[in-house]
Amino acid sequence: MTLKILPSRRTGTVGLDEVVVPRRHPWRWLLAGLLLLLVVMIVEGLATNPAMRWDVVGDYLFAEPVLEGLLMTLRITVLAMLIGIVLGGILAVMRLSGNPVLLAVSLGYSALFRSIPVLVQLLFWFFLSAVLPKIGLGVPFGPVFVEAETNSLISRFGAALLGLGLAEAAYMAEIIRAGLLSVPRGQSEAAAALGMPPGKALRRIVLPQAMRFIVPPTGNQAISMLKMTSLVIAISLPDLLTSVQTIYARNFLQIPLLTVACFWYLVMTGVLSVGQYFLERRFGKGAST
Amino acid sequence: MTEPVVRAEAVTKSFGHVRALRGVDLDVFPGEVVCLIGPSGSGKSTFLRCVNHLEKVDSGRLTVDGELVGYRRARGKLYELRESEICRRRADIGMVFQNFNLFPHLTVLQNLIEAPIQVRREPKAEAVERARSLLERVGLSDKERSHPAQLSGGQQQRVAIARALAMRPALMLFDEPTSALDPELVGEVLEVMRGLAADGMTMIVVTHEMGFARESADRVVFMADGVVVESGPPDELLRAPKHERTRAFLSKVLA
Ligand SMILES: Nc1ncnc2c1ncn2[C@@H]1O[C@H](COP(=O)(O)OP(=O)(O)O)[C@@H](O)[C@H]1O
Ligand SMILES: [Mg+2]
Repeated sequence: MTLKILPSRRTGTVGLDEVVVPRRHPWRWLLAGLLLLLVVMIVEGLATNPAMRWDVVGDYLFAEPVLEGLLMTLRITVLAMLIGIVLGGILAVMRLSGNPVLLAVSLGYSALFRSIPVLVQLLFWFFLSAVLPKIGLGVPFGPVFVEAETNSLISRFGAALLGLGLAEAAYMAEIIRAGLLSVPRGQSEAAAALGMPPGKALRRIVLPQAMRFIVPPTGNQAISMLKMTSLVIAISLPDLLTSVQTIYARNFLQIPLLTVACFWYLVMTGVLSVGQYFLERRFGKGAST
Repeated sequence: MTEPVVRAEAVTKSFGHVRALRGVDLDVFPGEVVCLIGPSGSGKSTFLRCVNHLEKVDSGRLTVDGELVGYRRARGKLYELRESEICRRRADIGMVFQNFNLFPHLTVLQNLIEAPIQVRREPKAEAVERARSLLERVGLSDKERSHPAQLSGGQQQRVAIARALAMRPALMLFDEPTSALDPELVGEVLEVMRGLAADGMTMIVVTHEMGFARESADRVVFMADGVVVESGPPDELLRAPKHERTRAFLSKVLA
């Protein structure tokens, strides 16, 4: 039997003195060329098509209502994610606490909020004010301590935060729980053996190690959230999409104005993706093996 | 006669149907080095974990420093300890694990000062100073800035020992501290443990290193099936075991 030595791609020789000719891929090149041509044609068509009204795109790109809408979109994204992360963290710890009541509440919450479409939840919170004019906090059948008008409590903005944030918490709970479970048991045990209380061990030992499993999917969630905020158009909250819609409802220049919205969504997801890259690098350190 | 540091009387512990401890009796006196040997699954780890409140005892009496593990005596009754009280007691007991369990996201120095600062509320400068002297003692002064993943197994285990000592424990528990190590790294860890024993630390060591047991232990305890089968000074127990089970076990380990 003879032993065959496979050519190494890097050197292009078999180690003996014969010259090896690498395989050629003519079809690959042809296909790539065709696709490139197609892309150029589309871009060229869009760029030169007068119906695209690039002049209008330019006019509205930095228009005040658009920028205000942009700011609103960012504000909802950040606050809804914050609600999602904090509440999700609490739900995750409830799941892992070993207390059956907390476990059941956490599971019930996730099941409920993941089953109902976010758009429906948004509308629900928004219209809740119509059915329940007042919300109070107090002893059942007893005195009420805090009372608030739902109309002012659940404004459009509040409804957006509740709708998006509460749903997000259900997903974040799952992400944080998986992250905490990815840290070996020995870590919390070693912390316990040193006399660290469970809460402190969670914060200082387990959570920092769980971060590298939590951060990447959380970045994805933030990017999804950014795009999901456009659903608030259903409750007429003046975010980026609602703002351009208001404008094109007057001037009927839908495509250029939607292009403006696309541009800003693209910029924001781009920035978030870069941020995610740096966060991942930051939390990946010192935690090999 | 001095009071024992650890006193176990008929201690039992079950996991579901598995009876890990079926009535363990054992006293450990101040400054004593006790080596726990026995076949795998005989309950050695479970016993150590009970001493450190990592497992709850089902029945029997287990006291550490005269205090009942898991309970506080007041007004003639026993009150189950609150989490914070358990933590306080654990802080006085050092534990070294088979898999080191160093904190990978912290440097060696940070591993050593974490608990003294967070649990004992020591000032940082003091904790750092003490951590450095402990690292010197285990021969790793040059590694204080390293992360655990950059160290060999033997170095990691020595850091783990230093980390436990940083809490100034009155009792040290070792659960097979050299079992996860490559053979050539066992010696450096045993060396550190010998030094500790010579300094008069009270130690319970679960180990398969019969050389260490013979040399450093005051007493060797053989456990099987959740009970202490026999115990005695190393040269007696290792050379002339009284029980057939001990003899069978030793013939396998020493072969
Ligand atoms: N957390 C646990 N859950 C279920 N069974 C356990 C647990 N810990 C230990 N055991 C069982 O208890 C017995 C004693 O285990 P252990 O104390 O680890 O023995 P050793 O350390 O002597 O090898 C074994 O049968 C083991 O499977
Ligand atoms: Mg064991």
